[in-house]
Amino acid sequence: MLAYIVRRLIATIPVMAVVAIFVFSLLYIAPGDPAAIIAGDLATTQDIARIHHQLGLDEPFLVRFGKWAWDVLHGDLGISIATNLPVSRLIQQRLEPTAALTVSTLIVSLTLAMPVGVLAAWRAGTWIDRAVMGFAVLGFSIPSFVLAYILILIFAVELDWLPVQGYASITGGLGPFLQHLVLPSTALGLIYAALIARITRASMLEVLSQDYIRTAHAKGLSSRNVLIGHALKNAAVPIATIIGIGIALLIGGVIVTETVFAIPGIGRLTVDAISRRDYPTIQGVILLFSAAYVIVNLLVDLSYTVLDPRVRY
Amino acid sequence: MTAAPLELEAIPAQRRERGRFRELVRRHPTVAIGLAILAMMVLVAVLAPYLATVDPQALSPVHRLRFPSQANWFGTDNLGRDVYSRVIYGARVSLWVGFWVAFFSTAIGLAIGLVTGFSRPVDAVVMRIMDGLMSIPPVLLAIALMALTRASTGNVILSITISQVPQVTRLVRGVVLSLREQPFVEAAIAVGTGFFKTLGRHILPNTIAPLLVQGTYICASAMITEAILSFIGAGTPPNIPSWGNIMAEGRSLFQVAYYVVLFPAAFLSITVLAVNLVGDGLRDALDPRLARRM
Repeated sequence: MLAYIVRRLIATIPVMAVVAIFVFSLLYIAPGDPAAIIAGDLATTQDIARIHHQLGLDEPFLVRFGKWAWDVLHGDLGISIATNLPVSRLIQQRLEPTAALTVSTLIVSLTLAMPVGVLAAWRAGTWIDRAVMGFAVLGFSIPSFVLAYILILIFAVELDWLPVQGYASITGGLGPFLQHLVLPSTALGLIYAALIARITRASMLEVLSQDYIRTAHAKGLSSRNVLIGHALKNAAVPIATIIGIGIALLIGGVIVTETVFAIPGIGRLTVDAISRRDYPTIQGVILLFSAAYVIVNLLVDLSYTVLDPRVRY
Repeated sequence: MTAAPLELEAIPAQRRERGRFRELVRRHPTVAIGLAILAMMVLVAVLAPYLATVDPQALSPVHRLRFPSQANWFGTDNLGRDVYSRVIYGARVSLWVGFWVAFFSTAIGLAIGLVTGFSRPVDAVVMRIMDGLMSIPPVLLAIALMALTRASTGNVILSITISQVPQVTRLVRGVVLSLREQPFVEAAIAVGTGFFKTLGRHILPNTIAPLLVQGTYICASAMITEAILSFIGAGTPPNIPSWGNIMAEGRSLFQVAYYVVLFPAAFLSITVLAVNLVGDGLRDALDPRLARRM
C-alpha cells in the first residue's frame, strides 16, 4: 500500500513537469516585454537592457526555466505585473472564497446526485428514472453561468430572499456567509450533480443486475439495506472516478461563477489577470488549479483501496 | 459481368440505410428533436441577415434599455442595440466555433492517436505530454491560450481545439491498442496485408463510431467554452455579437435589464441541449453495449 502511494506520487512528477514547462512557456512566448513595462515610458534602451539583466531575461530558456521552477518549488510564484505584489500572496488572499465555494458546491452536488442516481437506478424505466435522466441531460447542457442568472433572477431579484452577489467571510458570522454561498454553490452544484447522478445511475444499474443482489433480496434484507449496503458500496469506484474527473469541470465553473456573483476568489483573480495581461499571475493560477486537479485525482486513486477491498496494489 | 448486378445490389443497401435511420429516429425520438432544433439554429444562422430586424451593431441611444416589445422583440441593451438581431447573429459564432472545434480536434486527435497507438517510442513521449495537458482543466487551458493571442474567432477555435485534443488522442489510442490485439487484425497482418491497408481497412473504420459520438460532445462543450471565454472577456472580439459577448455586456445591468442576458442564455442552452441529445442518441445507436449501461 505504502509502496503504491509512493509510486503514484512519483508518477505525478512528470505530469506536473509538463504543466510547469507549458506554464513557463506561456510567459516566454507572451507578447510584450515585462522589462519595458517596469521601466516605464521614459526609459532608454540602456535602462531596459539593465532591467533585462536584473530580471535575468537575457539568459537562455533552460536556465530561466530552471531558476523559475526552483523558485516555484520554494513557493515563490513571481511578482504580479499589474499590482507589483507577490503572486503567492495574491493567491493566498483569495483562497478562502474559492475554497468555500468549492466545498459548498461539492456538498450540494453530492447530497443531491447520489440519492437521485440511486433512486433512478432502483426505479429504472419508470417516470422517476426518466425525470432524473432528463435533469441530467439538462444539467449537461445549461452552462453554469446561465443557471446562475436564472437563480439570481428568481431568488434574489424577484423574491429578494438572498443577496444578488458578493461574498461574506466566515469570520463575519455563519449566517451571512451561508446566505452568500447558497446561490453560487447551487448554480454550480446542479451542473456537477448532473454528471455524478448519471454515472451513479449507470454504475448502480450494473451492480443491481448481479446475482448477489438477488441473494440479498432473497434472504429478506430490506430494500434500503440492499441498495446502500450492497449495491452502492460496489458501485462506488466509478462514482469516485467521475467525481475526480469532474473537478476539471468544477474549476472552469468556479472561474465563471465567481465572475457572475462578484466573489473575490481565485477565479476572479484569473479573469482580472487576463484582462490586464498579468502573465505571472495567470501562470500561478494555472499551476495552482492544475496541482489541485492532480492531487484530487491522486486521492481518488488511493480511495479505491478503501472503497473496494479487492483492489490491491 | 455487366454493371447491372451491381446496381441491383446498390438499391437495397441504400434502402437499408434509410431504414436504419428511420429505426434510429423511432427508437430514440430525442435524436429527431435534437436534429430538428439544430437544423433550425443552422437556418437561423444562415438567414440571419433576413431574420434580423435591424443591423445588430446599430446604436440607438434614445431607445436604450427598452423592455421586450413589438418593435424590439427581445428588448434593447444599454447602447440601444436590438437584442433580438444580436442574438440571431450570435447563432453564427456558436455554431461555427462548435463545428470547427469538433472537426479539428477529432482530426488532430485521430492523427496523433493513430501514431501513438502504433509506435511505442512516440507513445511514451506524446502520452506524457498529453497527460500533462489533460491535468490543466480545459477551460483554464483555453483561457491561458487566449491570453497569449489577439481576440478573434479563429484564435477561439484554435484555443478550444488544443484543450480538447488530448482527450480525443487518448480515446483513439485506446481503440487502436485494443484493435491491435483483435484476431482479425492479427490475421490481416499475418496474411501480409500492408501497414497502410490494415490501417485504412481495419483500424480506421472502427474509430469512426466513437469519434462521431465524441465529436458531438466536443461540439457542445466548445459552444459552452466559447460563451465562457467571451463572457469573461477573453473570447470572440466585442465587435462581433456572440451569445457570450451579449451576456457579458448585459452582466452589469442584470438587475434592470435581465432580458439582455436571458435571451442569449436561452438560445445557447437550447442549442447545446440539441447537440447533446443528438450525441446521446448516436451513442445509443452506435454502441448498444454502452447504451444499456448509461
